[in-house]
Amino acid sequence: MAGRVLGATTAATTGIDWPAALKECLAAALVALVLFLPLVGMRTVRVEGGAGLDFRFGWVAIGVAAVFAGRFLLVALRTVRPGTVGAVTAPIARIPALFGPYTQFLVIGGVVFAFVLPFLPFANRYVVDIATTVLIYVMLGWGLNIVVGLAGLLDLGYVAFYAVGAYSYALLAINFDLSFWECLPLAGAFAAFMGVVLGFPVLRLRGDYLAIVTLGFGEIIRIILLNWYDVTNGPNGLSAIPRPSFFGLEFTRSPDEGEAAFHEFFGLSYSSLHRVQFLYFLILILALVTNAFVLRIRKLPISRAWEALREDEIACRALGINPTNTKLTAFALGAMFGGFAGSFFATRQGFISPESFTFIESALVLAIVVLGGMGSQVGVVLAALVLVLLPEFGREFAQFRMLLFGAAMVMIMIWRPRGLLAHREPTIHLHPVAAAPP
Amino acid sequence: MLYFLQQLINGLTLGAMYGLIAIGYSMVYGIIGMINFAHGEIYMIGAFLSIICFTLLGILGITWVPLALLIVLLVAMACTSAYGWTVERLAYRPLRGSFRLAPLISAIGMSIFLQNYVQLLQGANVKPLPPVIIGGFVFGAGGGFTVTVSYVQIIILLLTVALMVAFSYLIGHTPLGRAQRACQQDLTMAGLCGVNVDRTISLTFVMGAALAAVAGIMATLYYGVIDFFIGFLAGVKAFTAAVLGGIGSIPGAMLGGLLLGMVEAFWSGYFSIEYKDVAAFSILILVLIFLPSGLLGRPEVEKV
Amino acid sequence: MNGPLLEVQHLTMRFGGLVAIDDLSLTARQREITAIIGPNGAGKTTVFNCLTGFYKPTVGQLTFHADGHTLLLEQMEGFRIARAGVARTFQNIRLFGQMSVLENLIVAQHNALMRASGYTVLGVLGFASYRHAEAAAVERARGWLERIGLVDRADWNAANLPYGQQRRLEIARAMCTGPKLLCLDEPAAGLNPRETAELGKLLRDIRSEFGIGVLLIEHDMGVVMGISDHIIVLDYGRKIADGSPDEVKQDDNVIKAYLGETEEEELPPEVAADLARPD
Repeated sequence: MAGRVLGATTAATTGIDWPAALKECLAAALVALVLFLPLVGMRTVRVEGGAGLDFRFGWVAIGVAAVFAGRFLLVALRTVRPGTVGAVTAPIARIPALFGPYTQFLVIGGVVFAFVLPFLPFANRYVVDIATTVLIYVMLGWGLNIVVGLAGLLDLGYVAFYAVGAYSYALLAINFDLSFWECLPLAGAFAAFMGVVLGFPVLRLRGDYLAIVTLGFGEIIRIILLNWYDVTNGPNGLSAIPRPSFFGLEFTRSPDEGEAAFHEFFGLSYSSLHRVQFLYFLILILALVTNAFVLRIRKLPISRAWEALREDEIACRALGINPTNTKLTAFALGAMFGGFAGSFFATRQGFISPESFTFIESALVLAIVVLGGMGSQVGVVLAALVLVLLPEFGREFAQFRMLLFGAAMVMIMIWRPRGLLAHREPTIHLHPVAAAPP
Repeated sequence: MLYFLQQLINGLTLGAMYGLIAIGYSMVYGIIGMINFAHGEIYMIGAFLSIICFTLLGILGITWVPLALLIVLLVAMACTSAYGWTVERLAYRPLRGSFRLAPLISAIGMSIFLQNYVQLLQGANVKPLPPVIIGGFVFGAGGGFTVTVSYVQIIILLLTVALMVAFSYLIGHTPLGRAQRACQQDLTMAGLCGVNVDRTISLTFVMGAALAAVAGIMATLYYGVIDFFIGFLAGVKAFTAAVLGGIGSIPGAMLGGLLLGMVEAFWSGYFSIEYKDVAAFSILILVLIFLPSGLLGRPEVEKV
Repeated sequence: MNGPLLEVQHLTMRFGGLVAIDDLSLTARQREITAIIGPNGAGKTTVFNCLTGFYKPTVGQLTFHADGHTLLLEQMEGFRIARAGVARTFQNIRLFGQMSVLENLIVAQHNALMRASGYTVLGVLGFASYRHAEAAAVERARGWLERIGLVDRADWNAANLPYGQQRRLEIARAMCTGPKLLCLDEPAAGLNPRETAELGKLLRDIRSEFGIGVLLIEHDMGVVMGISDHIIVLDYGRKIADGSPDEVKQDDNVIKAYLGETEEEELPPEVAADLARPD
């Protein structure tokens, strides 16, 4: 594109260079034709006697025309008004900064809203369920944010820790009859331990290799879960995972002998909604604790070391920072929060199987972190909202969800590599913050 | 003994396919230092194109196998190369100066996009192809285990050898190959010496995609059934092969592919088939920890 | 009090067939500025990389004397060498660009702060010991910022500083680690004469106030001659001179390496005629 700038300044005075523009658009359309004709235009279907083809040349024509038009638009904008694209996107990019002074209020407002959500008139079981799912992804996003956003380690196998948390919680709860609050720290500790075990051999690998290796770990864990029948019950998964209780009060219509039920204790009539609401508050509290922890740790030396490592590992070594231990800490902490989220997932579903822990989940959480802005807490919340709510708006969105996310990841990297909301504030100031730094 | 021979033949066939995909990874990494995470999906697209092409030829009545195979090869290679070219142009070229994780995240996004693109267009179900080439050589002791070397397997191996020969010639003795080797050594300097860096990089992607397309066609013929998810697993394994052989080295990629194919075949044959993928991933991890430059690669010295 | 701080003995560094450093021995002392100079490609940065653990020497011993301990640097990992008291700056500035000037200096004091935060645990729980330690670290950073004139820009992103200030910041950051030996790789590169003079003063102040040893790679002869106590000259990886600035200035080998030899033989007649012709 750089080479075009010169052409642009001369063309701005003379108008669009029609022959060259047409040639460019035709070339693009031709490529589009080659791309779309077989895959879009033809589709194999079953007919008697073997395979047949379903022809969709209409779609091909639309696709090619769209590419032609889009290319033309780009050429026109470039020559007639150089910098138009920048002029349009720059204000959008400034929107997050506009919120700056109001961020505090928005955040507090958001938290208050989250607390009162289940009691609002429109909040039926469906709404609370969705909100619970959002919060799970928010927590996963915050956990991965430590690894990817702060420490800059691209972990493509985060789902492994999610799975370890879920399965260890389930196994502990089923086999040892421990309560949610007893299992939770154990599951988290176990996930953190796995983080150390998996991280230790590979954290000195450079970025790309680390990404693929962590992906491999994620797959290995899933394959083991799928095939280790004795412990994990293989593809059948673990069911009848005990649900959490409210300080010993069960959320069932008819409790066991000697046990009290939640609705009886508070004099309410039984509603299955109670447990759903309780689970919602549970994940909300877990998520808020995660957030508080992350915010606190960002002011500590370990977090600055993560960020410094992300910037320049060689300089860090020259300052006496142990890169391996520092990275391991990030990895283990991220794994721990993934484990907590997994534990909650297990207890909420009551049933887990290896199907829930595929690479797609890792990719989803990564997409949340990347789109929301690596290192940004609020960004993760917004991205998780979009991710979970989008498919709810219609069948079409559900199908296109991952397609859009893939495309969005590519575009974000090109346009705003640090994510939509990432704007780093120093974690420590010498002068009062009123003196705005450039 | 015969069982061993069968596993060996299966392993070589599998390895040839991995090797062809691995070459694409190696070439791209050698020239611009990034892992083309979407390369596995390019292989998958090649496989889909070959199925569509075979079906189309069947409808058009062109059923003479050698001709059909040739047409499918050419068409699928051409079209897949177009996809490879487009991916580079859209997702990687704009990020050439960006921070080091950016192209990788973009590649992951592209991989997700392509998987879902094919899934939406061609359906999420597996796609079968009625067998095109059947039969093969069978030999073995009477009454005992027989070793089957199918025609498909022979074609795969011969085609791979032919492609490797052509490729080595291309890289070693043509101006394009020279330009590519120059870019691999020092991108900036090659540009200053008059090499069209953009075009060389594009052609690298195109060549890698073409080889992946051949692997895709082979997979279609060999397995008879494909789905939109085969790119993921094959991609990671082929990357393992490239690393095993020494990333950046083309003979290394093929060597790594053959070794990996054989490990996988023997593991499935003698130990357990469920954990064969674990074996492949474990090789990746072990190689990266203990022998990061691979078998035929050169160790990288850190420039401070 | 002026015992040897660093003793390099028979250091050889080979990269495959290329010998980057050939049997180099040198001594750097405390309270002295030792300069390593030489034409480009002489192996100077390679020496630094061996000293600070980025390369493993093929042959040789690197002895570091600190606090009565004797450490063999060639057997230590890079970050441990830094913890032992050897700090360095880089030829191409390696600041943490997206972090603020102050944060750069705080990160340099990482190890002390980690201990004070109880390896993060106490810090998360909000114990006072960390708050005190952090305040002390900020004060120390402020002291350095005043010394290098960057107090007003403490909250700027390091990448937004002009080049000369970035160089000074990198030196201040190295000093914040509390080193006993400061290794500077071409600190005057790209500086204008005024900045170069300020740099010289800064280094002299460091030498006298902190009493540490300074090891310096430099091209700029003004800086080298003006502030060094001791100069070592390398050429093609070998030491060709070792002494005080005056000694080195007059050393034949040094002159030959930098300026070339005087011609011993007769010039070819055509060339002599050419040179004799007035232009």
